[in-house]
Amino acid sequence: MPAFSDPSGAVLPYDGPGAPSVRARRSTPTPWLVVVAALLVAVLMLAPVLVVFGQATAAGAAEASRLLLRPRTAELLRNTLVLVVLTVPITVVLGCAAAWLVERTTLAAAGVWRTLLLTPLAIPAFVSSYAWTSVLPSVQGLGGAVFVTALAYYPFVFLPAAALLRALDQGHLDAARSLGASGLGAVLRVVAPQLRPAVAGGALLVALHLLAEFGVLQMMRFPTFTTAILQQFAVGFSNSAGSLLAATLVVLCLGLLAVEVLLRGRARISRLGPGTRQQPVAHRLGVWTVPAIGALAILVGLSVVVPAGIVLRWLLRAISAGAVDAVPLLSATGSTIGLAVLAGLAATVAALPGAWLLHRYPSRLAAGLERMTYVASALPGVVIGLALVTLAVQWARPVYQTAALAVAAYTVLFLPRAMVAWRSGLAAAPTELVEASRSLGVSGPGTFARVVLPLVLPSALTGFVLVFLATATELTATLLLAPTGTETLATAFWSASDELDYVASAPYAAAMIALSAPLTVLLRRQILDQR
Amino acid sequence: MTSAGITITGLTVGYGGPAVLDQVSLQVRPGGTTAVLGPSGSGKTTLLRALAGFVRPAHGQIEIGAKVLTDEKGMVAPERRGIGYVRQDGALFPHLDVTGNILFGLPRAERRRAAQVGPLLELVGLSPDLARRRPDQLSGGQQQRVALARALAREPAVVLLDEPFSSLDTALRAATREATLTALRERGATTVLVTHDQAEALSFADQVAVMFDGRFAQIGTPAEVYDAPATPEVGAFLGDTMLLPGLADGRVVDCVLGKLDLTEPATGDVLAMIRPEQLVLGAPSGLTARVVSVAYHGPDAMVRLDLTDTTTRLVARVPGHDAPENGDLVGVVVPGAVRAYPKPAGSG
Repeated sequence: MPAFSDPSGAVLPYDGPGAPSVRARRSTPTPWLVVVAALLVAVLMLAPVLVVFGQATAAGAAEASRLLLRPRTAELLRNTLVLVVLTVPITVVLGCAAAWLVERTTLAAAGVWRTLLLTPLAIPAFVSSYAWTSVLPSVQGLGGAVFVTALAYYPFVFLPAAALLRALDQGHLDAARSLGASGLGAVLRVVAPQLRPAVAGGALLVALHLLAEFGVLQMMRFPTFTTAILQQFAVGFSNSAGSLLAATLVVLCLGLLAVEVLLRGRARISRLGPGTRQQPVAHRLGVWTVPAIGALAILVGLSVVVPAGIVLRWLLRAISAGAVDAVPLLSATGSTIGLAVLAGLAATVAALPGAWLLHRYPSRLAAGLERMTYVASALPGVVIGLALVTLAVQWARPVYQTAALAVAAYTVLFLPRAMVAWRSGLAAAPTELVEASRSLGVSGPGTFARVVLPLVLPSALTGFVLVFLATATELTATLLLAPTGTETLATAFWSASDELDYVASAPYAAAMIALSAPLTVLLRRQILDQR
Repeated sequence: MTSAGITITGLTVGYGGPAVLDQVSLQVRPGGTTAVLGPSGSGKTTLLRALAGFVRPAHGQIEIGAKVLTDEKGMVAPERRGIGYVRQDGALFPHLDVTGNILFGLPRAERRRAAQVGPLLELVGLSPDLARRRPDQLSGGQQQRVALARALAREPAVVLLDEPFSSLDTALRAATREATLTALRERGATTVLVTHDQAEALSFADQVAVMFDGRFAQIGTPAEVYDAPATPEVGAFLGDTMLLPGLADGRVVDCVLGKLDLTEPATGDVLAMIRPEQLVLGAPSGLTARVVSVAYHGPDAMVRLDLTDTTTRLVARVPGHDAPENGDLVGVVVPGAVRAYPKPAGSG
């Protein structure tokens, strides 16, 4: 009840006063401790961005214009934009078409296809890039970069599109038809508007990954802002030059976020009424069955089978040549798992206050905090890494080149994964159940232990695993921040493949694929849960 | 279980805006059943949530028995009130089976004794075979009854029901309501039911409190609020009414239906309130009317009529087997007494 507990008026109610639908939400005082914790997390998330801009402005206008107006910068900008403009539409077409075939047609073995089409997410893009270049050196430059990244990132569109098409109410299509729309018209006027926000979100994710991509583009010798920043860092750390490039990258990211907001449109899609959803009617493929299966097989072949097969071939060759050195492999695996567990725990804990606030006390403040965490995470690993290096060197020398700093970077980068997981988990433990428990004589802490925790735990675990997996294959921030003398699977793989030592890289590549395999299962469940 | 009465005095609740409950007072006798009846948004659910302890009132006091639950100084936490609360959706815990749900509120040692679940299930009219089902394997009515059994397991002195039957279909609703009422009577629990269903309120409760806009418009027995509504609005909310302008002189009102006896004395310009079942149709003599339409409901039928030589449209409820045909000319008689209300100023 804000009238009592909210003298500052900082927490604004979502709906009009006294609206019965929100009565449950605002009947208890706002927990200021949680608000403070969520604010703290948001500030930590935004600190890197502020540092980057601070450094960039510190360079001075003359230096800035000298660095930014070079032909080199124009080339980086052009390369980055061309890559985004070419790759994103390809992923949208591939992702939507595959989602439609799997979810809305009579295609056999849809479950198998669903898994296979998500599997590219378990193969880090720089690993499949290594696989392709190791057998086809001609896969290079812009063409090679588009080829590899499109195949690696189309699942970002496929996943939300499939989830939406699966959850689509056939009743809407039927209603459109009975109101005189043709079959195609119904799809365009009923399905497409519902699909648009999901696809826009997926496309944004692809574009952000392209801005952040380092490994693939370095291998393809296709320089973008991210590769230039890391090169700058490698040849000698020039704060202002690196920060200026990073600041430009941040501006590009913010631009993409704005474009996505525009594309998504203002429409809100709500499910109305207590009516039950109609099971979708599968579209008959008929004579198109064989071409459809062929197209999906080619997609899966190029994005999964070929890269994984090549890695396997190099691995077998390494084993038969006795070139697999167990000690560094095990130590890299150990430090990767260690860092990933720490990052998973840190992100899961850090995401809870914000998620809890949004769930129990929805307000503009809480929504704003959430938005802030997403913006910070949209930035490339290299920007976050660079900012944390700067922060540590200037103000916290002792944590420089320790695991703590790397874990902080992973938390900033991957917090939204934990946040999304918490939110779906908390949605499974609505206020009504908490109240039912209280009215049955169980105290607040008891209710948390006996009702909230059992319902939320599976989702929290999912969030942990998602952060764990992302950390296990993270390359750019790790290159900047890994503790001295520590190799992770990604950095060990990278230093070997950088020397074109395909045999030595193979065990690390295989280990990363094996470690990421559970991701496919988790994400698949995410689609299946959308009923 | 000892029953305890409920006393609510001057309760005001606002969610930071205009008051949702405005100076509400209500008494429920020990073991009694009170239905709070009102349109959506009238504040009836807020009243229940304040009783259960989920809403902190701005002013006012709530007592159960001799125990003060909420007053100016503070409020007792929901879990210490000993009040059972059953929501519209049942709010069963999805991670527990029926037994786990029913035993949830009991002390740890008692939760091991699963044998007590059977009698509780029978109390609410369910088969003990359901004890190991999960909530999603139950029908809506079964979920409702398990939620009631869960609340009753703690032997609360007071049970609050928040539209518990409104999500059930008609046949299930009657059966669930009957089972609920029987179980509550057996336990002697003081019950407050919130509903927007007039028939439910009238048949379920021994006291009906009609709520409009955060205030009680009338509190009385079902017969009182139906037959002698405090205002025409209350009367209209509880069932169909006709309001006929007339001139009253103490015991009798003169209107288009002739001179009718009054239940309460009134004088001057009044509106006479007549319910459709008060009209008796017969062979055309005296006052006559032409049948305009007949809506047949089975047991009864609603007949719309135009009173001969007037512009007055009447509605009569007659036994279904005795309904006239469209276009028939029938006689109209009002045998009993009617209630009259002062005519609001400015309405002609």
